[in-house]
Amino acid sequence: MALLLKNARVIDPQVGLDEVCEVLVRDGKIVEVGHGLQMEKGVERDLSGKVLVPGLVDMHVHLRDPGQEYKEDIETGTRAAAHGGFTDICCMPNTNPIIDTGSVVEYVRTKAAEVGKCRVHVSGACTAGEKGEALSEMGDMVAHGAVMFTDDGRGVQNAGMMRRVMDYAVQFGKAVSSHCQDESIVGKGQINEGAVSTRLGLLGWPAAGEEIQIGRDIELSKLTGCHIHVQHLSSAHGLDLVRRGKEDGAPVTCEVTPHHMFLTEESIGDDYNTNFKVNPPLRTAEDAEAVIAGVIDGTVDCIVTDHAPHADHEKAREFELAPFGMTGIETSVGVVVGNLVNTGKITWQRMVELMSVNPRKILGIDRVAIEPGCQADFTIIDPELKWTVSVDEFESRSNNSGFIGWELTGRATDVYVGGYATMEDGKLTDEPIHL
Amino acid sequence: MAFDHKHLIDIREYSEEDITLLLDTAERFKAINERRIKKVPVLKGFTVVNMFNEPSTRTRSSFEIAEKRLSCDTLNFGGSSTSTVKGESLDDTVETLSAYKIDMIVVRDKHAGVPYKVAQKSGVSVIDAGDGKHQHPTQALLDLYTIREEKGRIDGLRVGVVGDIGHSRVCGSLVPALKTMGAHVTLIAPQTLMPPVPEALGADAVTSNLDEALPELDVVYMLRIQQERLEGAPFPSLREYSMLFGLNERRDKLMRPDAIVCHPGPINRGVELDAFMADHPTRSVILDQVYAGVLVRMAALYLLLGGNEDME
Repeated sequence: MALLLKNARVIDPQVGLDEVCEVLVRDGKIVEVGHGLQMEKGVERDLSGKVLVPGLVDMHVHLRDPGQEYKEDIETGTRAAAHGGFTDICCMPNTNPIIDTGSVVEYVRTKAAEVGKCRVHVSGACTAGEKGEALSEMGDMVAHGAVMFTDDGRGVQNAGMMRRVMDYAVQFGKAVSSHCQDESIVGKGQINEGAVSTRLGLLGWPAAGEEIQIGRDIELSKLTGCHIHVQHLSSAHGLDLVRRGKEDGAPVTCEVTPHHMFLTEESIGDDYNTNFKVNPPLRTAEDAEAVIAGVIDGTVDCIVTDHAPHADHEKAREFELAPFGMTGIETSVGVVVGNLVNTGKITWQRMVELMSVNPRKILGIDRVAIEPGCQADFTIIDPELKWTVSVDEFESRSNNSGFIGWELTGRATDVYVGGYATMEDGKLTDEPIHL
Repeated sequence: MAFDHKHLIDIREYSEEDITLLLDTAERFKAINERRIKKVPVLKGFTVVNMFNEPSTRTRSSFEIAEKRLSCDTLNFGGSSTSTVKGESLDDTVETLSAYKIDMIVVRDKHAGVPYKVAQKSGVSVIDAGDGKHQHPTQALLDLYTIREEKGRIDGLRVGVVGDIGHSRVCGSLVPALKTMGAHVTLIAPQTLMPPVPEALGADAVTSNLDEALPELDVVYMLRIQQERLEGAPFPSLREYSMLFGLNERRDKLMRPDAIVCHPGPINRGVELDAFMADHPTRSVILDQVYAGVLVRMAALYLLLGGNEDME
């Protein structure tokens, strides 16, 4: 089947493309990019006023499947991803059971191929059971398609264990991504340690508890040669450590989330709204500004959401008993386009690097560029579309967004995976995914 | 009488006038408590639930006596005996209580922020009887009452708070309330017992040296070392804590002659206070605080439930 996408502003820094032109697709691949393209038979779409970019990737997503399907499952999570404008996601292994063997990787990939609404890549645990005590069967997981290793949700507490993880992972050429949290410092910390934690009487989770492991893991990347990817970086100093590591030539990359850029500890009011309870915690306005500065200056490699669905009844609990995490995959594009791109803080090119090109490089998955021969994975964004975040519109099974009520500008309206639409004009299609 | 509060949850929402009215009302209730028959019918027909989700003897007893003396109907709803143990959520428990058509919930919980949630869910008046490490506003009021009664004023007094400030819900209310009333507040503790940003409570000064701070103070407020709650051993031994931060006979000579000693109770004798200080005839006002607890709780119940000028 052929597809001709017309009149969109097509942007891809990988091939130096930024112009209103046409993209012709046949059999899931791009055939031609240019002007006045002809198609004998197929679907033609007029995308006037919209921006077409290589399919967006959210490389930090919790699908909660297997084990916690009441929060999210592979079907609802990938529908949320498509609705948010993503063609690819990478899911985290802290499920039940933990994704720490090839068979669980296989389960996720098989189910995603059956019911998924986007491409799903799988991160395996880097230690057995995410216990931080012994290596996981990384080789078996790689054989079943795992693309990265992490104990996300927890930091690997023992530095020697982390070194062994990285030494072992090198042979597979996969990145180890690190949830940086020193439990001896963080303890039962609930929110950023500071004035707000003092005022609300909640135990603090100091930035130092994150920065200590960021520093440690960068040093270990130099020692082992293993690519370390720092997850959901939240503090100004943590970003400095990554900046310095990169200057030293360490194999380090990092990601940040929209909530650490645009929400702060001050978002947590005297109503103890648990949707703002996330890990690592929302930090100070200075930290948020520094994170945005890192996005602008190139220190940050990608924007992810750490989409972490939780059921209403779990988030309705006492603040100290409620689980950490907020959803984000359906608001990310709106937050980024409206607050970073439309405001001129970053270019579209940079946005594409952060949300499409770099995540693919870090995960080591197929390059997607807007050029003939590449798989036809596109995200199409209406940069001027104004909308208000409402739980009624979420495809996710959970509602725990920190952006509810925000008025956003910019939204993904159409998504193509392998040449087939998963979303058209803001509505998910009934088409099964063609991988 | 311009008192328009529905809840007593966050003492920072109370102005100097509000607090003064509460203390004045408590003083009027004192006259009633000095009589042979101490009960007045001013809240007859109101139903108050004491929802104590963590163990409490002193605060709960004080509330119960205050409620009974105002002729409220009361229900004690203990956490360990009921819902939470069976896995019921806080929201569901509160909705169940609300279905009884009650007028007020007095709530104690080990988790910060619970009184706010209870207020939202129930729609009735709520008094925070202590939530986690957050606040304990009636404790602050009884402290202010005692200090005002002893010193004749609060404005301009120099108050030092000593001990486990970081884990103290008492401080969460007391320090802001003292500031509202015009006192100068010094927090005294090792950094292991300080909150991350002591200034966020409103303190004027922060020090780890009790001996240096002591000569200036009109009021020395000693916090209880909550041995059952200390995480990660914030000091090496009770012996050393007592040496550095205990108020004892040795430190008596460092204190102003008219300085008073407060303590929220229960006391760890020999740790934060020795017997000399705990039982000191002129300095220790600890039992006055206990009595003041009944008075300010009567005042809070009375004002929040819309009691009128005529207390009889």
